[in-house]
Amino acid sequence: MESVVFIFSLIDCCALIFLAVYFIITLSDLECDYINARSCCSKLNKWVVPELIGHAIVTVLMLISLHWFIFLLNLPVATWNIYRFIMVPSGNMGVFDPTEIHNRGQLKSHMKEAMIKLGFHLLCFFMYLYSMILALIND
Amino acid sequence: MSAPAGLPPRPSAGAAAYAGGPAEVAAPQAGALRRHNGPVQSPMQFPSGYGLHPPNYSVLSGRYSQVPNKAVSPHLDNQYRASYHSTYYSAPAQNVMTPSVATNVLNTQESQQLYNKTSPQTAGSTEGLTQGAISSASYLHTSAQQSYSAFGNHYSTSVSSSVASQGFPLNSDHYTMPVVSSAMYPTVSYPSAAIDSVYGQVYTSQSLPDVGQFKQTNTFSSQSTAVPHSLQQHVPVGYNSTLPTVSSAQSVQDSLSRNLTGSLTKANNQISTGGIDSLQPVQSVSQKAQFTKPGVGTAASSAATSSMRTPAPGLSPEPRSTPSFTQSPESALQEGMQYGGYVNNQASSAPAPLSSSSDDEEEDEEDEEAAIDSSSTTSSASPVLNNYDALEGGGYPETRSVTSSPVPAPSVPQPSKTSKPFGYGYPALQPGYQNATPPAPVQPSNPGHHPGFQHYQQQYPGVNQLSSSLGGLSLQHSQQPESLRPVNLTQDRNILPVSSLPAPVPNLNSDLRKLNCSPDSFRCTLTNVPQTQALLNKAKLPLGLLLHPFRDLTQLPVITSSTIVRCRSCRTYINPFVSFIDQRRWKCNLCYRVNDVPEEFMYNPLTRSYGEPHKRPEVQNSTVEFIASSDYMLRPPQPAVYLFVLDVSHNAVEAGYLTIVCQSLLENLDKLPGDSRTRIGFITFDSTVQFYNLQEGLSQPQMLIVSDIDDIFLPTPDSLLVNLHESKELIKDLLNALPNMFTNTRETHSALGPALQAAFKLMSPTGGRISVFQTQLPSLGAGLLHSREDPNQRSSTTVVQHLGPATDFYKKLALDCSGQQTAVDLFLLSSQYSDLASLACMSKYSAGCIYYYPSFHHIHNPAQAEKLQKDLKRYLTRKIGFEAVMRIRCTKGLSIHTFHGNFFVRSTDLLSLANINPDAGFAVQMSIEESLTDTSLVCFQTALLYTSSKGERRIRVHTLCLPVVNSLADVYAGADVQAVVCLLANMAVDRSVSSSLADARDALVNAVMDSLEAYMSTASNLQQSVLVAPNSLKLFPLYVLALLKQKAFRTGTSTRLDDRVYAMCQMKSQPLVHLMKMIHPNMYRIDKLIDESAIHVNDKVVPQPPIQKLSAEKLTREGAFLMDCGSIFYIWIGKNCNNNFIKDVLGYPNYASVPQKMTQLPEADALSSERTRSFISWLRDSRPLSPVLQVIKDENPAKTDFFQHLIEDRTEAAFSYYEFLLQIQQQICK
Repeated sequence: MESVVFIFSLIDCCALIFLAVYFIITLSDLECDYINARSCCSKLNKWVVPELIGHAIVTVLMLISLHWFIFLLNLPVATWNIYRFIMVPSGNMGVFDPTEIHNRGQLKSHMKEAMIKLGFHLLCFFMYLYSMILALIND
Repeated sequence: MSAPAGLPPRPSAGAAAYAGGPAEVAAPQAGALRRHNGPVQSPMQFPSGYGLHPPNYSVLSGRYSQVPNKAVSPHLDNQYRASYHSTYYSAPAQNVMTPSVATNVLNTQESQQLYNKTSPQTAGSTEGLTQGAISSASYLHTSAQQSYSAFGNHYSTSVSSSVASQGFPLNSDHYTMPVVSSAMYPTVSYPSAAIDSVYGQVYTSQSLPDVGQFKQTNTFSSQSTAVPHSLQQHVPVGYNSTLPTVSSAQSVQDSLSRNLTGSLTKANNQISTGGIDSLQPVQSVSQKAQFTKPGVGTAASSAATSSMRTPAPGLSPEPRSTPSFTQSPESALQEGMQYGGYVNNQASSAPAPLSSSSDDEEEDEEDEEAAIDSSSTTSSASPVLNNYDALEGGGYPETRSVTSSPVPAPSVPQPSKTSKPFGYGYPALQPGYQNATPPAPVQPSNPGHHPGFQHYQQQYPGVNQLSSSLGGLSLQHSQQPESLRPVNLTQDRNILPVSSLPAPVPNLNSDLRKLNCSPDSFRCTLTNVPQTQALLNKAKLPLGLLLHPFRDLTQLPVITSSTIVRCRSCRTYINPFVSFIDQRRWKCNLCYRVNDVPEEFMYNPLTRSYGEPHKRPEVQNSTVEFIASSDYMLRPPQPAVYLFVLDVSHNAVEAGYLTIVCQSLLENLDKLPGDSRTRIGFITFDSTVQFYNLQEGLSQPQMLIVSDIDDIFLPTPDSLLVNLHESKELIKDLLNALPNMFTNTRETHSALGPALQAAFKLMSPTGGRISVFQTQLPSLGAGLLHSREDPNQRSSTTVVQHLGPATDFYKKLALDCSGQQTAVDLFLLSSQYSDLASLACMSKYSAGCIYYYPSFHHIHNPAQAEKLQKDLKRYLTRKIGFEAVMRIRCTKGLSIHTFHGNFFVRSTDLLSLANINPDAGFAVQMSIEESLTDTSLVCFQTALLYTSSKGERRIRVHTLCLPVVNSLADVYAGADVQAVVCLLANMAVDRSVSSSLADARDALVNAVMDSLEAYMSTASNLQQSVLVAPNSLKLFPLYVLALLKQKAFRTGTSTRLDDRVYAMCQMKSQPLVHLMKMIHPNMYRIDKLIDESAIHVNDKVVPQPPIQKLSAEKLTREGAFLMDCGSIFYIWIGKNCNNNFIKDVLGYPNYASVPQKMTQLPEADALSSERTRSFISWLRDSRPLSPVLQVIKDENPAKTDFFQHLIEDRTEAAFSYYEFLLQIQQQICK
């Protein structure tokens, strides 16, 4: 059972890593003017909810399977994701808004955020990997 | 459908723009266009409501029967024109499907069917087909069509034979309007456009009647000869170039035959753009006034450009404006040359665009950016040169801008130039000096001078300007500059300057100062730029730029050169602040790359000498305009397209705005900026959306109603946007009928969203301007809104909610529009809450503008009605630029991080502006990323690339140069308090939307506090307990207090949410001059105007009363006061005001008899009346929008409006100025 949880988490984590990389690539494309703000934002906004759900699932899974440490580790990030999603002003087109992304260094902060998430997911990845192997051995 | 009388002549610059490659460039887009254009033909629905309206039309129909006849004859006369015309118009569907026009002409019915067959329709639309057919049959429509198709046949044959048609069909396919234009050789019917269109821009729309007539005759005669000639010459090049050539040939020939006036007009026009010399002080508002007055009635709206033009026909009344340009033959010649040059550009670049033809639409956009960036010069250089020589035979010197040859020998203009930086629209500090005294020998001693400039020498080693520049240095070592003089704020009560505050002059040496950009167009908050971010942080002042890039200018050098010289790495345009290392190389002042000087640039057309690149106009003027080659186009320049979307619900009819709008439009129809391709359309909406078929040939306008607002579609693919000239009669008809068509409507709903979607569909093939008139909260369909305002919260001191949009519908729409080069301008005329916060988005992100008329009613609120009228006049006639992009570059080390204004930031530093108008202002915030230690000067450059209403692609470039300083005191010395306040206002608006109003207010107060505190800590010798500000910032607290009492930011006073939001929109989009009037109005006492210190403008004496403090203490019962709030003038009359004044100036026997609503001053002979009126008209002429006048008595309800502007006084909810100072002082000393 234990191993199934971690195998799933591992897959989920992989997906999140890819997503984070995708965010970074798209944002840096925007930074370099390869794509325009409109298309960049519509691309990214599509993935905000999947990311949020993907991460929330792992977090909940950890809570259910009573892995407190991993749960607490994931909790702040999951909360941040949800908070960010909820706090989007009603007039904006999503977390990434093409009319604002170039203002007040938003692009940079989005970039920073994506980087931090990438690091976090990598950390989680190895943790899940370790736990999974441990679980498989124990089984 | 038809090509009747209205056929606009095409030989326009716009047509020229098509030459060469651009047609191919357009190809990808055409695909997109087709999509929009095509599928919609059949789906027409005629709900029951339809029957209601026709009666209105029927009355008029009699008149129309004639029209077709008239139309026919010119057609027959002229094969060229007719052929294109009819093919395009009679069988639009065919065009879409099969590019080759020559095949055959189908009659309309056929084509419709064909059309439907090929273009797959949605279920709904096919169903509509039958309906559509029926309806059209029933409505006289059919007969008209048939008659056209008959003509069509005739024409179609001629098409095949016409030489010019090579490749034409392709073009038409993509971009229909232009095609028509390029193909047509105008004959009798619309000759005037021929000339007009060639020189875009400069003409604002109002063409003087008599000038027009001249043109008519002239063009006509010359054209017939010119045509064959040009064809011969240019056939090989391809159809594209034919057109332009024709015109060039024509113009050359013309020059001989044309009568004096005709050519003068042109010449003058050219010169007005091309006047490189700054002989005439470019300056000041007041000067503009001078020009305009003699003009034939262009009125205030015509603004700068037109003011140059007006004198043309007579020339004599205006010796001043055109002294050097008068020789007619020469100017005509010049003109011819210019054409040539232009053509060449086109031709030479023809191959280039091919490469991009395969790009898809998305990439097109990208390309456009690239166009700005991509290296245009190199690719086009050589072919152009060749062409040039071949065609012009070395006539270069005569060419256009250059031609402005009367150009001052560099030495001549000196005196006037020097005055420029100072006088610019502001009287200098000395009370006696008035700004309108023209270029006079002002030369004020520069107060703000101090050291720090020695590096200059290193920067410009090769330039010979240097010697003189060093001379100026000696002056700069005064002990303490005036701008640093400490001012004790709490004790010094009279800090207001006597007349308007001048912009501080950057501390540059005199040569550079002369060259520097006018502060009216380009201003920096800190005219001494701090060296490092740390220093900037210490100063606690925001660093940013305030731009007014498309301002109406009286003098603007226009440069037509085959190569636009730009830095190879950062793409900066060459400007006066680059340094020439030697004859062949120049060093970019933004990125410091060393570039080669192209061969062509070595030749100086002004002096006709070789080897003086630094004397070229580009290097002598910091504001120049380039005529861009096709490298700067992604598609052929679009025609001017105007779409009016009008609310006709019950509410709107009640308010009665339709009459005013239609009337203004009727009056200004001929003055709309544009060329022969100009198109116009109308949509009205209530709970349904009504379209108007204005296709020429119809006997009356035809209304098509679409009631399916959930899935809006265009009832017919064309003829909704019609050529202004062809269908003028129909348009006039519609405008006359429109106000009465809906008088009995009971429809209270408003389907704004669907109407906008329809408008977008209609506009997307071309782009252009959508003007939306809305009178209530949109209540149906997409984008519907709900009332969010809680009236009880209006005077809340704590929380103000709903400053942001409620839905992203309007934002998305705006971005879609922006992508299709369409701007949406919003006129909101509502008496109730209409959620401007949401609606404004449609304009904000599409680079439109917003007008708001609270509680508008045509009878009950005459002031608003008059304001609407005046605004509309300006709005309709002012200059306009289409499909524009703006890029702001700055010296390496500085970076722009936030933009303010109405636009969409498409990539890091590229602002996409679907439209640009002369009243749009922008602001940017900057940070210093790398320390600027190794440079003593920083430069900023804005480049605005736009398509003029005449279809020319132009680039307007402004360059500003500022010194770098490394001490805090110097930073304060150079602070520009007006710019700082305007930038802070912009930032505060952002803050209040993203965070909260309270935050924004705190931030404003903190900004003052922090900067004053920082200043006081630098000046150690000051008493700590006294509130002291440097002279440059002495008005800072006052202005910030004024901001806090603005509608946008005030709390505690009842403010309607829409008013607040509108004030915020204004702050974001107004240029600095207007914004400052709004923030801090000027008050004058006008009951005792005297001639002392008066100025003379156009032989009129304009008294100059001193500016009064905005405080009730200055108001006396015996006086009369004028408050200039920018868009409105209040005249407040004291109870005991001198009866003579009331009698003479107001025209009433005594105070009691002055009416409540008075908006005009009578013209009386008395001296006091004359003085008052000349003063007011002088103030009026100084701005584009003619303000409304309101006379206010003590018992007048409008009194509160007046008194709320007395910002130094205490109100229930806010501090007085003195209290505010004390508060700051306390906080600082704490």
